[in-house]
Amino acid sequence: MGERLYIHRHSLVHSLPSHVKIVTVLLFVLVVVSTPITHWSAFLIFLALVIAAATAGKISIPTLAKRALIEVPFIFFALLMPFIGTGERFEVGPLNLYREGLLAGASIVAKGTLGVLSAVILSTTTTAREILRGLERLRLPTIMVQIASFMLRYVNVISDEMERMKIARESRGFDATGVKHWKVIATSAAALFIRSYERGERVHLAMLSRGFEGELPHTEVRSVGARTWLIALTIPTFALITSLFFKMIG
Amino acid sequence: MSNHPSLLINNLAFAYPDGNQALYGVNLRVEKGERVALLGPNGAGKTTLVLHMNGIHQTMQGEVFIAGEKVDSKNKESIRNIRSKVGIVFQDPDDQLFMPTVGEDVAFGPYNMGVRGAELDAVVDYALNLVGMIEFKDRPPHHLSFGQRRRVAVATVLAMKPEILVMDEPSSNLDPASRRELADILRSLDVTIVMVTHDLPYAHELCERAVILSGGIIVADDKTDSILRNEALLATHRLELPVGFTLS
Repeated sequence: MGERLYIHRHSLVHSLPSHVKIVTVLLFVLVVVSTPITHWSAFLIFLALVIAAATAGKISIPTLAKRALIEVPFIFFALLMPFIGTGERFEVGPLNLYREGLLAGASIVAKGTLGVLSAVILSTTTTAREILRGLERLRLPTIMVQIASFMLRYVNVISDEMERMKIARESRGFDATGVKHWKVIATSAAALFIRSYERGERVHLAMLSRGFEGELPHTEVRSVGARTWLIALTIPTFALITSLFFKMIG
Repeated sequence: MSNHPSLLINNLAFAYPDGNQALYGVNLRVEKGERVALLGPNGAGKTTLVLHMNGIHQTMQGEVFIAGEKVDSKNKESIRNIRSKVGIVFQDPDDQLFMPTVGEDVAFGPYNMGVRGAELDAVVDYALNLVGMIEFKDRPPHHLSFGQRRRVAVATVLAMKPEILVMDEPSSNLDPASRRELADILRSLDVTIVMVTHDLPYAHELCERAVILSGGIIVADDKTDSILRNEALLATHRLELPVGFTLS
């Protein structure tokens, strides 16, 4: 886990420093979110920008699409929106839809998808570790970066532990099939929690033994040239121009 | 300075906050360059003793000196110095290795001691070379085998150039080859070693001298060979040589 999303390639997008990529994605998403859904042609251009970025990052479109599927459970509610609400109604075939709801639903789906796609490009071209470094450079509070990097380190250890507990349960004839087995699962989860907690204490002890005083080593900071920023920010800038253009022509 | 023993413990006693007393007056002196096995049954207080050596546990009664410097967990300046001198290698390498890459983890200790820049890189390479793990510098710890992780854990404390290396069950969970490789590494190091272990053949192989901690006191302190030949002594303290193993 942790590095599972990253696909190693040599590309322009891969080579950009992570904090530049994070800022780029945030700005792009900001522009997308603030563009009204009624300017639908702007969204086609946004999608084209995303695809261009993916291509520059040597991510195949099927991979991109497959990874964006994570969005599906969230879209579910957006799909219901045209059926509930108030105001103007109109009919599409056998369906009786609310205009407001339809627009709001479409807006969520379109903006959500673009956001997810940008995030997928970021996570496919940047290791989780690099993303954390980027956040550190962007002055995210150190404590949050530390918690996230510990999570990254121990998610494998704990999931291995969980797997061993599962195997040990099953080896003694346990087979989780229904509600009546939830108690066992819950007890295992509690045991796992306590084991993780105790591991946390041992890790802390080991850290103290090596002179830990509350500050993790900082990585050396390499400054980033204006050219790099310029390349990365082309995409949000272009998105912004598109958005403003469609706003002007109404 | 050089006349001081690496480790000197005088009449150390300790009880946990819940009233459970673990140590009842331990005396131990380990000279510079010695390799000493600390033997004892489960629950004898071995881990408690180890955690006194670098001031994690506050001494309640008695004193601990590392190379002549008193361990005082209330004195922040001194405790930082003590922790750079006492390198503890914990039993589970996953507890010790918490940074995203091997190299960063080895850098953690020296960084805390104020080492920076090129000097930090040099000390990381030095420590990883000592345990033969330099080519794994940029790898995340969970991609390594257990034996490799144990070696990296040793490197993380060697990077602090300790006066004394304290190892908790160094041979546990190692396959025979990793066990032997680790023994070769430990033998090659020019450092005082205290090895907490149940692995008596390993103690015999690596340590001249052994002490038995049982019931919170040191009950035997002698040449490892003599201790391991004393079957009655071993049996009293729930220690046994593996079946079929004979001392040469």
